[in-house]
Amino acid sequence: MCSLALFPPPPPPGDITLYEFNNALVCGRTSELPLPFQNQVAELPVPTLPRETLKAPGRLEPSARPAFIHHREALWKRCLSAWRDVGLCGLLAEVAAAEDEGPQWLNATSQFLLALCRWLSSLHGSFFPHLSLSTEDMIATFSQAVDWAGCTIRAFAWHPHTSKFAAALLDDSIRVYNSSSVTVPSLKHRLQRNVAAVAWKPLCASILAVACQSCVLLWHLDPTSLSTRPSSGCAQVLSYPGHSPVTSLAWAPGGQLLLSASPADTAMLVWDVSTESCVQLPWFGGGGVTYLSWSPDGSKVLAATPSAVFRVWEAQTWTCERWPTITGRCQTGCWSPDGSRLLFSVLGESVIYSLSFSEPRGEMQGQVGGSKTASVVADLSETTFETLYGEERIGGEIHSMAWDPTGERLAVIVRGQRDAPGSQTVVAVFRTRNSPVFELLPWYVRSLRVDTHVGFGVILGGFMPRSPGARWRRRCHPALPLWPFYPKTGCVLAVSSVTRLEALCSARPQTSSCHRK
Amino acid sequence: MEAAGAAPQRVLLRQVLGWRVAAAVAWSVLLLPVCTAAFVVLSGLDPFHPLRWISIVPSIPCSRLALIGKIFHPQQVIHSVVHAVMGMLVAWCAAVMTKGKFQFLAVPCMPSESLDDAVPQMCLNEYHLFFLLCGAFMGYSYSLLYLINNMNYLPFPIIQQYKYLRFRRSLPLLVKHSCVESLYFVRNFCATYYFFGYIPKMWISTTMDLHPDSKLHPLDTLTGLLDLSLFYHAWLCGVFLLITWYIAWSLFRIYATETHHFPIQPTFAEETDQCLPKILNSNPPLIIKFLALQDLMLLSQYSPIRRQEVFSLSQPGGHPHNWTAISRECLSLLSDLTQRLMAQQEAAAANGRAKQPAGELKVAPQTPGGVVTEDVSFQSQRSNILPRASMSSLVKSSVMHLKASPGSDVGSPFSSPALNCKTGMLDVNSPWHGSVQSPHLRRGGPKLWTLGSELQMNGSHHESFPMLSAARTGSKVVQPSFVYTWLQNKQEQIKNFLSKRALIMYFFSKHPEASIQAIFSDAQMHIWALEGLSHLVAASFTEDHFGVVQTALPAILNTLLTLQEVVDRHFKLPHVSSKPPRISGSLVDTSYKTLRFALRASLKTALYRITTVFGEHLNAVQVSAEHKKRLQQFLEYKE
Repeated sequence: MCSLALFPPPPPPGDITLYEFNNALVCGRTSELPLPFQNQVAELPVPTLPRETLKAPGRLEPSARPAFIHHREALWKRCLSAWRDVGLCGLLAEVAAAEDEGPQWLNATSQFLLALCRWLSSLHGSFFPHLSLSTEDMIATFSQAVDWAGCTIRAFAWHPHTSKFAAALLDDSIRVYNSSSVTVPSLKHRLQRNVAAVAWKPLCASILAVACQSCVLLWHLDPTSLSTRPSSGCAQVLSYPGHSPVTSLAWAPGGQLLLSASPADTAMLVWDVSTESCVQLPWFGGGGVTYLSWSPDGSKVLAATPSAVFRVWEAQTWTCERWPTITGRCQTGCWSPDGSRLLFSVLGESVIYSLSFSEPRGEMQGQVGGSKTASVVADLSETTFETLYGEERIGGEIHSMAWDPTGERLAVIVRGQRDAPGSQTVVAVFRTRNSPVFELLPWYVRSLRVDTHVGFGVILGGFMPRSPGARWRRRCHPALPLWPFYPKTGCVLAVSSVTRLEALCSARPQTSSCHRK
Repeated sequence: MEAAGAAPQRVLLRQVLGWRVAAAVAWSVLLLPVCTAAFVVLSGLDPFHPLRWISIVPSIPCSRLALIGKIFHPQQVIHSVVHAVMGMLVAWCAAVMTKGKFQFLAVPCMPSESLDDAVPQMCLNEYHLFFLLCGAFMGYSYSLLYLINNMNYLPFPIIQQYKYLRFRRSLPLLVKHSCVESLYFVRNFCATYYFFGYIPKMWISTTMDLHPDSKLHPLDTLTGLLDLSLFYHAWLCGVFLLITWYIAWSLFRIYATETHHFPIQPTFAEETDQCLPKILNSNPPLIIKFLALQDLMLLSQYSPIRRQEVFSLSQPGGHPHNWTAISRECLSLLSDLTQRLMAQQEAAAANGRAKQPAGELKVAPQTPGGVVTEDVSFQSQRSNILPRASMSSLVKSSVMHLKASPGSDVGSPFSSPALNCKTGMLDVNSPWHGSVQSPHLRRGGPKLWTLGSELQMNGSHHESFPMLSAARTGSKVVQPSFVYTWLQNKQEQIKNFLSKRALIMYFFSKHPEASIQAIFSDAQMHIWALEGLSHLVAASFTEDHFGVVQTALPAILNTLLTLQEVVDRHFKLPHVSSKPPRISGSLVDTSYKTLRFALRASLKTALYRITTVFGEHLNAVQVSAEHKKRLQQFLEYKE
C-alpha cells in the first residue's frame, strides 16, 4: 500500500511546477525555464482572474418586490399570488397569517395543515439531513471544488479532443479559452447561477453542458465564431421539475446521452439532448445523487449518494449494483481508461479504495460485474515532512481525483484538516499501471499554498486530453529531435483561488513524435 | 273463357310486375357501385392483422383538411365505433357494479298525478342512460385523441431498459394522465348532454315505452347536472376505462419496441432468412426493419464478438458478405434521405415549382417576391452542375445586389445568365440564405407550402425515387404537351382563386412545421443507420483484421458528408426553426416532432467518431476536394 510518507518531499514554497524531466517533475520560478524548454512547454493560456473584479452576483433577492411600495391586497389575491410563487405551503402560510380576514375555521385548518407540512418535511429532513440545507450550501457541500463558495473558479473542464477549456467563475459567468484563438468567449445567461459543474460533449466541437442551480444549460458555441459574448439564444435549457440544484453532469463517451444528478432528487436523468427528452432513473435509497462519473469505455456509471451508499450503473440496460460504505458518503471517484477499475474515496477517511470489475465479455445483459469488496490501495493520512524550509504537515481527506486518459497518472486533491491551523490542501500525483496488475506508485506531492485572506478554494481540473485534435504539439522544436521530454501527454490542472491557473506538466517521457513527422 | 280471362291477366301482370322488375333491376344496378365501394373500403381493412393498425412512422397530417379526412377514414370510424361500444359496455358494467340508483335502465315508479290508485309502471332511469352515453362519449373521445396525438406511433426509447422497469416508470404518469383526461371528458360530456341529451332520452323512452320519472330532476338541466355523486361516478368510471386502455397501450408499446437479437451468421441453413444482413437487404415490414437497425446499432456499440462476425469473410470464397450487405443498406438509406431532402429543398426554394420542366417559361400572376423565388428554382436546378467552390467569391456581391434592388428585375428569367448563376448560388450554399431570402419567401405567403404538397409523401420514401427522377429527367425532356400546360395554368388559377378565400385557406393551408415533421418522420431509421455504421467503422480501426471496411470508407465518408451538407442547408431554410420545441412531460410521446434535431446531432457525432479514430489517416482516403476540406474541418474540431 502506498502512503504519503513514501513521496519525495514537497518543493519549496513559492515554486511553480515547470516540466517533467527524467521521470520527475521539475519545479522553479518561471524565469528559470531553460531556453530549449521554452518552446516545448505546452502553450497554455494563463488567465489571470483578479478576484476583486469578479463580484459575486448581486441577486440575493430573487424577486423585484423590494423595489415597489408595499400594498396590501385582498386575502384571495394574496393567496393566489402565494400559490403561484411558492405553492401549497405558501398558500397555507398566507391563510394562516391572515387571522382577522378569513373565517376562523379556515384559519385554524390552514395552521394545522401548515404544522403538519412542516413536521413532515422535518421528518424527511431527519432521514436525509442534506435536504434541509439551502441550495447554495448544498452545492458547496457536494461540489468537487474545495471550498466551492470561495473559489474564483468554481468548475473546470478540458475539451476531450481539442485544445480548449471552460472555466466557470465566481460571478456565474463561464470563460472558454482556446489555444488557437485569442478571443475568450464569456458566457452569461439568466438561468446560469451557482454553477457546480461544466462538461464538454464528446465527439462534438462546440457543445458545453453547464450544471446550474435550477437547470442544465447547453451552450452551442460555434468554434469559428469571433464573438466574445455569445447571446443567450445559443443556450438550450434542460429542466425537469424537482431536479434542482444540479451538482453533477456526465456525458456518455459516445456523445449521445447526458446524465444529470441533483442531491435533492432521487432520480438521475438521462437526457437525449438533441431532442430535449429525458428518462428518469429513479432509485429511492440514498435520498439523491451527488456525483456522477461515466467510465471512459462507456460501460459503467458511478453514482454517489448523500448517504453511506453508492451505486454503479451498467450503461446498456441500466441496472445497478449498490455498495454500502461504512463511514460516510462516497466523495469522489474515477475510472481506469478501460473501465475495469474504480478508485473512490469516502468522506471522513483518508484512503483510496479500489474496486475492480470483470472484463466485459460479449453482451453483458444487465450485469455490472463488480467484485465483492473494495480494497484499500493508498493511505493519505497526515504525515510530517522535514524540509529545508521547516516542517510541513500534509495529509487528510481526499476531495477529488482524476485519472489520466492513458492510465499512467492519478492526481488527487487532499484536503487538510478543517480546524487545524498548519494543515494545507495538497495535490498528490501517483504513477499508475492498470495491467497486468494494478500499481500505484508515489511520484509527486506539493501543497497548494493559498492566501487565507481570500479563501482556500482549490479545484482539480483533470488531465488535458491527448488526441490528434489537441494542437499543443505544434510547438515542438525540430532542433531537439530526441529530447526525452515532451509535454504532450497532459497536465494536471490545479486551480487555486488566488487568481491563477496552475498547470503541473506531467508528461510521459518518450521520444518525440515530432521527429517522426 | 279461361283463355279469354288469361290474356288480360297476363297484360295486367306484365304491367304491374314488369315495372317492378325493371325498378328492382335499375335499383340494383344503381346500388352496385355503392356496394362495390363498400366492398373496396372493407377489403382495404384488415381487422385480422392488428399489426397493420400500428405504425412505426407517425402519419402527420399536413393541413387541417387532411386531419378531418383522417377522422372520417373508415378505419378510424371503425376504431371510434368499437371504442364507443366498448366504452358503453364498461360504463354498463360500472353502473351495475355501483348499484344504487345507477343499476337499471328501467325502474318501477309511481305516476305522479294519481298517488292513491297507483299502478306501478316502468320509468326511464336517466342516470343509467347518462352513464351509458358517458361511456360511449369517452370511448369516442379516446379514439379521437388517439388519432390526433398519433398514439399508434411506436417511439423507441432512448435507453434500453427492462420491460418491468419501463412499465413501472410509466405507471404514475399514466394514472395522473387518466385522471386529468377523464375530468375533461366528463366536463365535455356534461356540456354535450345539456344541449343534446333530450334526443337519446326521447328516443329510448319511446322505443322502450318507458315513462319519464317525474320525481327525479331531468338531467339535461343545470340543476340536474349539478349532482356531485353522478359526476364523481362518471369520472371514476372514466378513470377506470382510460387506465385499462392506457395500460394495454403502454404494455403493447413496451413489448413491441423491445430489442430483438438477430444473428449475423446462420448457425443452421434454415436460419438464413433471419440473419441481420438478409433482413436489412430484403424489404421486410417496417417494424422488422426498425428492429434490425436497432440491433445493428446495439451490436456495433456493445458487442465485440458480433462485430467480429460482421467483419469476417465468408468461408469458401473469402468475401465480406456480411459487411457489404450491412453497409450497402445503411448507405442506401442515407442517400435516400439525401435525395428526399434535396427534393424538398428545391421545392421550398422554388415555391413548389421545382418539378416543372426548366424549358417552360411561364410567368404566373404573383408578387415580385414570388417571381424572385420562382426564378431561384430554375437556377437551383442548374446550380447542381456548377462548380460551387469557384462561385463562393461571387456570393457576397450577389447579396449586395439583391439587397440594393429587391424589386428590380433581378429575378426575371430574361436577365443575364451570370446574374442568374449568382442567385442560384445564393440559394444553394450561402450562409446568408435565411436573412436574404426569407422576406421574399415570406411575401409569397401560404403558397410556400400549399404547392409542395405532392412532395410530402408521408414518410414512404419509396415514392420519392420515381418523383425525383422525374424531376431530373423533366429538365431534359422536350416541351410538354399543350394540354398539360393548359391544365397546369388552370390549376394554378383555381388555386390562386381559392387561396384568397380565408375559410378555404384555413383548411387547406399547410402547417410548415407539420410538413417538415412529415419529411423526417422515419428519421429514427437513419439515426440508427448512422450510429451503427459509424461505430462499426470506428471499431474497424482495431478490430477489422482483413481490411474489409477500408474499401467502403470513401463511399461512407462521401455519403455522410453529402448528407451533412444537405441537412445543414435544410436548417438554413427560412421557415425551419433551429431549436427543438419544448416537450412537456406528458404521457403522449411527441418525440417524432424533434427527430430532425436528433438526426442532425447524430450525423455530426458519427462524422466526429470516424475522424477522431482515424485522424490523419483520413488524408489518404479518396474523396473530392470539397469533402476533403470539410473533413479537415472535422479533424480540426471546427464544425
